[in-house]
Order: sequence, then C-alpha cells, then structure tokens
Amino acid sequence: MSSELEVPTTEYRLPTTLPTTDYGLRTTDYGDEPPDSPTLAEAARRWSSAYVHIPFCARRCPYCDFAVVASDEAGGLDTGRYVDGLIVEIGMEPDPSAVDAINFGGGTPTRLRPDDLARIVGAIESRIGIADGAEISIEANPEDWTIAFARDLREVGFNRVSFGVQSFDPVVLAALGRVHSSRDAERAFDAARRAGFTNVSIDLIYGTPEESDESWRRTVARAIALEPAHLSAYALTVEGGTALSRAVLDGAPGPDPDDQADRYEYLDDALRSAGFVRYEVSNWARPGYSCRYNLSTWMMGEFSAFGTGAHDHRGGVRARNIRRLDTYLDRIESGVRPRAGSECLGEFESERERFMVGLRLASGVAPGSIGGPFVTSDEGHRLLDAAVIDVRDGRVVVLKPLLTDLVARSVLSVSADDC
Amino acid sequence: MTAPSRIRNFSIIAHIDHGKSTLADRLLERTGAISERDMRDQVLDEMDLERERGITIKANAVRIDYDAVSGDRYQFNLIDTPGHVDFSYEVSRSLEACEGAVLVVDASQGVEAQTLANAYMAIEGGLEVIPVVNKIDLPAADPDRAAEELAGVLGGTADEVIRVSAKTGVGIDELLEAIVDRLPPPEGDEDAPLRALVFDSFYDTYRGVVSHVRIVDGSVSTRDQIRFMATGLDVDADELGIRRPATEEVDRLGTGEVGYLITGVKEIDLIRVGDTVTHTSKGTVHALPGYLEPKPMVFSGLFPTDGDDFERLREALDKLRLNDSSLVFQAETSRALGFGFRVGFLGLLHMEIVRERLEREYDLELVATAPSVAYKANLMSGEQVPVRSPQDLPDVSSLAAIEEPYVKVMIITPSEFIGTVMDLVQQRRGEMGEMTYLSPERAELHYRMPLAEIVFDFFDHLKTRTRGYASLDYEPDGYQASDLVRVNILLNGLPVDAFSTIVHRDKAYVYGKAMVGRLRELIPRQLFDVPIQAAIGTRIISRETIKARRKDVTAKCYGGDITRKRKLLERQKEGKRRMKMVGQVEVPQEAFVAALKLET
Ligand SMILES: Nc1nc2c(ncn2[C@@H]2O[C@H](COP(=O)(O)OP(=O)(O)OP(=O)(O)O)[C@@H](O)[C@H]2O)c(=O)[nH]1
Ligand code: SF4
Ligand SMILES: [Mg+2]
Repeated sequence: MSSELEVPTTEYRLPTTLPTTDYGLRTTDYGDEPPDSPTLAEAARRWSSAYVHIPFCARRCPYCDFAVVASDEAGGLDTGRYVDGLIVEIGMEPDPSAVDAINFGGGTPTRLRPDDLARIVGAIESRIGIADGAEISIEANPEDWTIAFARDLREVGFNRVSFGVQSFDPVVLAALGRVHSSRDAERAFDAARRAGFTNVSIDLIYGTPEESDESWRRTVARAIALEPAHLSAYALTVEGGTALSRAVLDGAPGPDPDDQADRYEYLDDALRSAGFVRYEVSNWARPGYSCRYNLSTWMMGEFSAFGTGAHDHRGGVRARNIRRLDTYLDRIESGVRPRAGSECLGEFESERERFMVGLRLASGVAPGSIGGPFVTSDEGHRLLDAAVIDVRDGRVVVLKPLLTDLVARSVLSVSADDC
Repeated sequence: MTAPSRIRNFSIIAHIDHGKSTLADRLLERTGAISERDMRDQVLDEMDLERERGITIKANAVRIDYDAVSGDRYQFNLIDTPGHVDFSYEVSRSLEACEGAVLVVDASQGVEAQTLANAYMAIEGGLEVIPVVNKIDLPAADPDRAAEELAGVLGGTADEVIRVSAKTGVGIDELLEAIVDRLPPPEGDEDAPLRALVFDSFYDTYRGVVSHVRIVDGSVSTRDQIRFMATGLDVDADELGIRRPATEEVDRLGTGEVGYLITGVKEIDLIRVGDTVTHTSKGTVHALPGYLEPKPMVFSGLFPTDGDDFERLREALDKLRLNDSSLVFQAETSRALGFGFRVGFLGLLHMEIVRERLEREYDLELVATAPSVAYKANLMSGEQVPVRSPQDLPDVSSLAAIEEPYVKVMIITPSEFIGTVMDLVQQRRGEMGEMTYLSPERAELHYRMPLAEIVFDFFDHLKTRTRGYASLDYEPDGYQASDLVRVNILLNGLPVDAFSTIVHRDKAYVYGKAMVGRLRELIPRQLFDVPIQAAIGTRIISRETIKARRKDVTAKCYGGDITRKRKLLERQKEGKRRMKMVGQVEVPQEAFVAALKLET
C-alpha cells in the first residue's frame, strides 16, 4: 500500500496571496480581514444565508446520525420528487431577503444531477435573491466527483466545494464505512481545481479508534499537500442510535478523548505552520477563505433552511423541519410547510445563545449583557485562572478550544437576574 | 373500659422478615378489625419507606377485640415490631409495654440471631412467650426442626409451639386462643394513682406531640390535669384514643390499656419516650423505670450540597427527631464541606433511612461523610476525649492511646460454614468466645469484636461466605485500646475530612490505596491535574493523579440545530449540579456515597 501514501503533485498550487476572482470572496466587504478577525465576525452577524438539505446517501455511514436516507431505504432514490418538494418549500419562504451564502449539505448533495441543483439555485434566486459575490457551496463525496460534474456545477454558479475526505488512511476509511479511497479524494480535489474551483475545502475526521498517531500525521501531510483553501476537522463522536454506538455498547473500542486531543493539537500546529488560521473550534482557513455560511450561522445571522430535518433562524424564531422524508414530502405536496416545531427566544435566551455559540469563534465573542456577569462569576473566575478563557480587546475568548462546551455549560449558570 | 382480666398486651417479635407484620395482618383480619376493602399486605407498615423496602422500621401498636371460644370478649393490644438489628431499641421499648410476646420463626429458616436476641430480651423482661413457627405453607418449610430449635431456646417442648401460616391463615385461630390462655392479664392496681408509660411518640403537624401510653396503674380521662414526671410538665389531657388501626377517640383509658394521648404540646423535649404520666394532683411519686437512651453506633457528617440549606437541614433534623428519639446530632464544620451536622445512628440501615427521609420529606440534597464509630482518645494529660469524627482525633504527640468500642457478637450459621465464618471473624480482629449447637446442623458462635469491624460491610461478607444462611446480632461491650491511626485523604493537596478515617494500623495501607483508587474512578477530570493522596500524618502511603480534562466539545452545531445543542448542554449542566466543590475540585455525590461502601 506504500503507493497510497505518496503525496501526488498537483498542477494547481495555491498562491500564498489569492487572486481576486469572480467567485473568490476577497471582492466582498470583508476585504483583508484575517479569518479570526472580530471585525469579520461582527460583519457576519448581518449576513443572511440559506441551507439546503439533500438527505440522499449511497449508504449510511456507521457513525452518522444526520437526517439521511440510504439508496436501499424507502424513498432513497426519489431525488426528482424531493427536488420538486424543495422548490415548493423555497416558494413558501415568507420574508425573503437576498442571501450572502448558500450551503448545500446533507446527506450527499452530489447525488443530485447538476440540472436538479440548478433548479434549486434558480428557485432561491427567484424567490429569495442571491447577493452579488455570494458564496455558493456544496458538500461533496469524492467518489461522486468527476471533472465534467465539476464543470457543470461551476456553470450552475457554485464557487465553493468541501470534500468529505475524512482520512487518507484506508484502514480508517474502512472503519468509517466510507467507500472512496484516498486516491479518489486526491483525484476529486484535482478535478475541482481543473474546473476552476479555487475555494476548495477538505473535511477530516480524527480520533477513529483504528487511527494511529502515525496515520494521522500522514493524513494531515497529504491534506496540506493538496493546498486547500479551507479545512474542517471533526472528532469522531459516538451518537446515540448509530451503528457505531451499538458497537461500542457491545464492547468495541470507542474514541479516546485524550488521543483526540493529541490529534487536534497536532493538526492545529501543522495547519498554522502551513499558513492557515483557525477561526472556529473545528475550522481553519487561509486568509480570505473562511466559510461565510459557517460564520453567519455562528454569529446568529439570519438563515433560511430547506429540506428534511433542516433548521432555520429568522426574526428571532428558530424552526425545524420534519426529519422523515415521506412525511416531509406528504406535507409539502399538500401545500403545508413541513415544520416539526419552532422556538421563539426571549431577549435573555437569545443573548445567552449568541454568547454561547460565539464562544466557538477564535475571534472571541462580544460580551453583551451576559459576558460581564459570566467572567465575574465563580465559574468564570475558575476558567480565567485555569487559562481556559481570557478577555482580549473587550471580547471573551476561549483559549482552549477543546473545552468550549465546558465553558458554554458554565455560561448556563448565569441567570437573567445576574444581567 | 375493659376489666384488666380481659386484656392481653403483647408484642410480635422475630428475626427480620420472618413474617411479623403479615401475622399481624391475619390477627387484624380474623378479629374483624379491618374491613376487607381496607386490607393490604403488612397493613401496619404505614410509612412509605416501610412499604417500599418491605420492612418494618417503627413499632406500631393497635387494639383489636377478640371474641374467644369461651364466649368472652377480650381486648388485645398488639405491637408489631421491626426485626432489623438497627431497630432492636424499638423492640425493647415495645416489650416494656406488654406482658407477653409472640415469638415468630420462619419454618424454612429456623432460629436466627435476632430470634435469640429478641427472645432473651422478652425473657429477661419477665414476659410470657408464645413460640410460633410461621410460613409452614412454604415447600422448603421444616416446621419440626424450627419447633425443636425454638423449644431449645425457650427451654420448653416442641408441642408448645404453634404452627401457622400468616399467608394462608392456618393456625391463626389456635394462636388467638393461646394468647387468651397463655398470656397473663395486666397486673396493675386500678385504685392506685395513675402511672402510664410513654412507650412511643410521634409528631403531628396539627396536633403536636402524640404519645403512645400504656396505663400501668389507675386510669386517665380526657381533660384530666396530668404531669410528665421527668420534665415536670403539667398539662391537660386534651384527647385520648386508641388505634384500630384507624384512630378512635375514647373518654378514658383504664389500667392495663394501651392508647394515645394528645396534650397540644409541640415541644418534643417536654415529652420523652420512657417518661411516666401521672395526675398533677394526687399523683404518684414513684416513676416507672423508663428506658435507657439508645446509644448511637455510628456517626456520620451530613452536609447540604448547597451551603445555603444549612438552616433547613437543622429544622429537618429537629422535626425528624420528634419521630425518632434515637437520632442525635450536633453542628459540625468541615473544611471541605462547610457547615453541617455530625449525626449519630443506630446502624447503617438507620443512617440510610434517615438520610433518605431528610432528602425526600424535606427536599434536601445531602452529602454524607464516611461513617465512623465513636472512639475515645486518652491524652498524655490523663484526660479522655470523645472522638466522633476522624477530625476530632487530637494530635499524635499528645495521644497516649486510642480506645475503640467493642461488641458482643452472636452469629448463627449452618455447621458446614463454621470454618469460613471463623476465618472471616479472625480477619476482623474477633476473639472467639463460646460455640453451641442449636441442632446438629446449626451452630451459634459468640465473639468479641471491635464495632468498627462489624458495623460496615461485615454482614455482606458473612452472607456471601455462608450463601446467605448466617445471621448476626451484636450489642455494645465496652471500650478497649487498639493500635489505631488516622488515614487522611488529600485531594489536590487539601485534606478532605469526608474521606478520612480511623483504622487499625495493619489496615491503613489497604484502606488508603482502595480509597484513592476509588476516588480516581469517581471524580471526573478537572481543568488541571488533581493528585489524590492517602497519608498517615505526613507520610504518604498511596497516590494517584486525575489527569486534566483536555477535550470537552462536540464537533458541529448539528447543522444549525442550536436548540438541541443547548438542551444537551443544559442536561449535562444538571448532572454537574450534583457536584460539591471541595477546594477547587468538583466532586460528585457518588464519590461520597462510594466512600461509605468501600470494600477493604
Ligand atoms: N409463604 C409465606 N410467606 C410469608 C408468610 N408470612 C410472611 N411471608 C412473607 O415473608 C415476607 C416478610 O414478611 P413480613 O411480614 O414483612 O416480615 P416481618 O417479620 O414483618 O419483617 P420485618 O418487619 O422487616 O422484620 C413477605 O414477603 C411476606 O409475604 C407465610 O406464612 N407464608
Ligand atoms: S455520507 Fe455523510 S451524510 Fe451520508 S451517511 Fe455518510 S456521513 Fe452521513
Ligand atoms: Mg414487619
């Protein structure tokens, strides 16, 4: 397998300073701001975006608990009917305002044909509007990706793609139930570049029990060698109800949090040396390439969401869609919005949420009404003493990103009366 | 009012689970005291905790009327008593109010340790005992053997033993007649000044203290001016009554009768169990002997998880003591746990029950420290100081010796397990005493042992080694000097009194290591490395480190599902609320509980 581990040379090396292209994001209002800049983060509060959920997958990965249907499950091949449904749902958006970012996630959006994707983008364009220079991004599995497909997506208007590479180690890929090879990932990446995608991201998963330090080092080296504009890395998590969780309950080894911390720290160092900036717990970008859609959702920007199990946030209301494909379609087809529920946040709750979610950003979060009481609380003091958080330039910053949930729980101790 | 000759007062006594309460059910049922509709199993186990655990915790007195074969109607006052060793004080109090006892033995088990202990208590109290073999319906029952054993204990013959099934009702009629025929009527003097024994009391939020009394001499009527002799309290008898078990008011209680008395007094300290009630004018000056105060066997610190609840805990303990006179407590301060109380208990079950009642009935969240027996420290100065908590132990330099409480232990075991029982007792520093055979198959072993070796996990080990067949009883037997040391547990460098203990020097290392290991498992990782050490004085005997927590974050915001994420964090936060800050370290409740159950 030694050939698997060689790093191929790509024709398209990313220059350190990115050229300003039609689709690149340097043309927009965040100009030269580095990915972890507070100015950029605060700008993102005013952006609005749209999420489109495509639930179809070739098969269900053992660790996945997203709203997906595998192709051998009921409705798993009904993509045409689903796209029709999505278009109806987009038409139901009550209060449209042009979006700065669109993200197609899943599931596996690349299981749709380019013309179906075009119909959806078209529907958003006509109902909601797409701002000039907007980020239009798609999550892709390497095995679905060809240069012809990539060119078609460019045609449709996509200017960002993130590949679910997960790992370059075949042992780990097999453990994750992924069908692509590490070669597939490199070929797909190459094809994207050839088709003109500059803004290409790689998704990795670290801390699979089958992974070793050595295998992770190689994965990181090969990812960096591809010179992506952006990289996301997620710790393998055992979610209830998945095949992985059943296996772990039956005694299979689960991910080890200390190993995961080691992997994360290694990755963070390697990426920093390669010129990336970490701007969120799990996301790194080269200057100019932080993901707009991500930033806007973390900054509590407004976003619409379409498709099964999708969540949106508009006008202080969070709503979520029905997760089941058949029920979703039945609702849509009878002309009813396929909502499963919604939540209207009060002033204190939404402020607290802004603060808690904002903690994930490397730029830190503006204290608002909750930051003061928090950092002066007992728990806040302990976190400051232990150098887990800090106050920098008037913002609360988490210095140990791997402890962000711990910090967020401490924020929950702050009550409305304290503010 | 019934003539004393038509009254029979008796307690039902037995080893735990031998069927006392079920037998009481049948007696109530057969005499029509309770309607079929109101009947339920162990109807006298009225407390929620008794029903949940299926055991009797508190003695319960009721009156029934029995129409004897002779055609005469008798008044029975029966007291159902608990069988667990922790509550033997309840049994002794109950026996004080009776002339007779029904001693029950499970036909499938035979005589066990509390059968003997309770039988001796009844005999020493001069009570007439009716031996009963119960559960004869069980396939595993061996009524002949059980009857032989009982006869051996009481020095009678097996044919005096009445065989019943409290489940099916077989033999109940015979028992009812035997109560009339064999138990003596009360002997008091109807014309003498009133003397009534307060044998129990409880607190009712609306009525104040309700006393259960046994009229020994004379009689009492409502609105009489009465005096509680020990406290000198003079009050009116507002209400008199009996329990059938539903309460029923009466105008008068006569010689030999049992009933309740309400005076409207709300201060429990003024009405003590064991006190004698007489009339204010023309009363007696000869009080009844009363009771010895029960001696707590183990002490433990109780601390509210939330420091603000200290006053509420005090009130709760005060109230609980109204119904449980064996409870003693005093305020205590712990460096690690803040303000709380050192509470004395009759045993671990008693401790568990008190704690559960405090948490449930008074909505408190508590941390209990490792229980300890009461030691005595002999100082160089010749002075002796009590040590109820490891923290009370004076500095080694001023210590001449430490004395620990000893107990007389009785174990009943099938003969085949004698070897393994002896082995266990030896490990626990027991000194062998007498051994006798109840029958060729079962032996009665006597030991003298340190209380500390027996009160915690000894019984579990005994049960395991004897496949559940052995039973155990013990009673205090003075103090004796031993080679004892205090093992301190340090968390992040800070001694945590909740985990410290006084143990025999030979066991200090094992204890320290086990405790440190257990805490390492139970305390979650913190923001920094936390060393856990066990030490005798300044000498560290064991050490472990809880490594700092490095990862506590989930990857994604679930595709924008922030609501779900927040709810997850809130749930996790709830779990954290049950943590107690000890210095800079968050310690979960389970760690304190586990310390109580440490196997060494
Ligand atoms: N088969 C059978 N079971 C019985 C009989 N008497 C009691 N039991 C069962 O034995 C168990 C214990 O009965 P209790 O009446 O609670 O015993 P107890 O002596 O009051 O127990 P404590 O008060 O805890 O000491 C229960 O499960 C009863 O149902 C009997 O005659 N036959
Ligand atoms: S491809 Fe992605 S969305 Fe589909 S099952 Fe696998 S992990 Fe889940
Ligand atoms: Mg009982």
